[in-house]
Amino acid sequence: MSVGLRICDVSLRDGSHVVRHQFTIEQVVSIGCGLEAAGVHMVEVSHGDGLGGSSLQYGLSRTDELRLIAAARSVLSHAKLAVLLLPGIGTRADLKAARELGADVVRVATHCTEADIAQQHIGLARELGMQVAGFLMMAHMTSPQKLASQARLMESYGAHAVYVTDSAGALTIDGARDRVRALRDALQCEVGFHGHNNLSLAVANTLVAIEEGATWIDAAVRGFGAGAGNTATEVLAAVLDRMGRNPGLDVFKLMDVAEDLVPPIMQKPAIIDRAALTLGYCGVYSSFLRHAERAAERFGADVREILAEVGRRGAVGGQEDMIIEVAFELSQRRSSPG
Amino acid sequence: MASKADSPARVRCAILGSGNIGTDLMAKLLRSRVLELQAMAGIESASAGLARAAEAGIATYSNGIDGLLALNPLPEIVFDATSAQAHRAHAPRLRAARIIAIDLTPAALGEYVVPAVNLDERLDAVNLNLVTCGGQATIPIIAAVNRVAPVEYAEIVATIASASAGPGTRQNIDEFTQTTARGLERLGGARRGKAIIVLNPAEPPIIMRDTVYACFDAGAPHEEIAASISRMVHEIQAYVPGYRLRTEPLFDGDQVTVMLEVEGVGDFLPRYSGNLDIMTAAAVRVGEEVARKLRDTQPEPHPDAGESV
Repeated sequence: MSVGLRICDVSLRDGSHVVRHQFTIEQVVSIGCGLEAAGVHMVEVSHGDGLGGSSLQYGLSRTDELRLIAAARSVLSHAKLAVLLLPGIGTRADLKAARELGADVVRVATHCTEADIAQQHIGLARELGMQVAGFLMMAHMTSPQKLASQARLMESYGAHAVYVTDSAGALTIDGARDRVRALRDALQCEVGFHGHNNLSLAVANTLVAIEEGATWIDAAVRGFGAGAGNTATEVLAAVLDRMGRNPGLDVFKLMDVAEDLVPPIMQKPAIIDRAALTLGYCGVYSSFLRHAERAAERFGADVREILAEVGRRGAVGGQEDMIIEVAFELSQRRSSPG
Repeated sequence: MASKADSPARVRCAILGSGNIGTDLMAKLLRSRVLELQAMAGIESASAGLARAAEAGIATYSNGIDGLLALNPLPEIVFDATSAQAHRAHAPRLRAARIIAIDLTPAALGEYVVPAVNLDERLDAVNLNLVTCGGQATIPIIAAVNRVAPVEYAEIVATIASASAGPGTRQNIDEFTQTTARGLERLGGARRGKAIIVLNPAEPPIIMRDTVYACFDAGAPHEEIAASISRMVHEIQAYVPGYRLRTEPLFDGDQVTVMLEVEGVGDFLPRYSGNLDIMTAAAVRVGEEVARKLRDTQPEPHPDAGESV
């Protein structure tokens, strides 16, 4: 436990889902400055679905993410600039472009059973001299042992850390503990944890992950992330401080970012409403929420029914098109007799 | 003129690569009335694919392309079902031997071909590339929209079962997205193309599904676009029977969303791996058309073959 905690604030990436990828340069500069001043170790900036995510499938970016990354670079000095990359969506060319603009860290994300599609991207990141974390998404969908063997692959490709990524906010406390422990036992490299608050367990799960040895810790100021939001950075900072484990975060400054800077950008607070709770309850990718809300409106279907059905069909991150199809089918079923 | 009753000799072909794709391709080629499968070559003598080929009475070679180039007579067409890297080495040797290459790898050296879209224009090529599985499934839909209303932007999302994505796909996932995007532009006619691939590990494995988004010129009639898509789907079904729409095309202003799935016929590969089946089915279709063209231009010697045209 000699390695210190590193807090990565993901609001300028995971929060992109909440605002349907409409971030502006001014917003990135505003939140980026606040996070830098508050002592956050890493700030992640990308389209919500990672580099190259701007699309009809996931939502078109209002501002080219490379311009947002460059803007963040101009205000971060102590904090490292991180980007997200999902192989299959973003490419090595996108990573090179982000690196040229000064990205220090990349998190390469795959579904929890598909680590081997990240080999080239992790390898390239190392060649480019970046810090790299593997990001095993929807970690609730596989066992701790299988997750650990996938994490070993990512480590073998060169990852400096591998995350247990609770994309659906569906892990219970034991679920988070067992997975982090399995990775900790299997890996030489560091372990990370990324939580969503759909079951109101984001802080609790993060603490248990830290207890089990996770050192790369994701959070989003004011919980500014998909679904019911991520682990709130200012809350986590306060708790860690009370526990005597504050890794250099300024709790009051984070509160100020959360209360003064974020709300006007965030539009809608991160709350556990019935749709967000359904994500955690049914194990659905958190960023499906806004898409399901829109599809429910377009096809006159119920948002919870859509999410529950998408969960039943075993959708993984990236399958936003299944939301449209399910909503369409539900609307057909409703309009046909019987 | 070859008489219809007396079918001309079939065109000799061979398969390079004895993996899953090569084996599935063999099953399809053995049914062809236009192509005669002469040999299969791999690089491992213990390969299960070579054993299956031998069982089917096909000559097999474990020394790769050398085995095929030593054949007498030489094959006229070689299907390359190896890897992009291997195809880069095979292509010049096949060309030197005046053998037409039909390339199922993502090497993208030759002309891109999607049978329902541009096969007629590419029959003279010496190297024909089948783009990607996602390209075979989605480029025709973009072309169908584009022939009614110019497509400004095309985007496709291919979701395939993890079990049907081999190591080649997994280690070269950028090649899939980049080659498919280029195909959407060059063959589909879109001004700009983007492709995304998602692997889904669900058990039992899911059937390959693709979602196609097209943004077209303002004001184009939706009924004509839908009818054009419907005609295209029928054309594809002629060689990929398990190709179908999951919903009617969904219009939203000047954008259409088409959701489709591809179920394989289950020759050798399981039915869910429509992504692989559509490649082998397209390869056979391309091979047969190339063969007909070869016979048209170099008719087999025939006792009564005058020069009457």
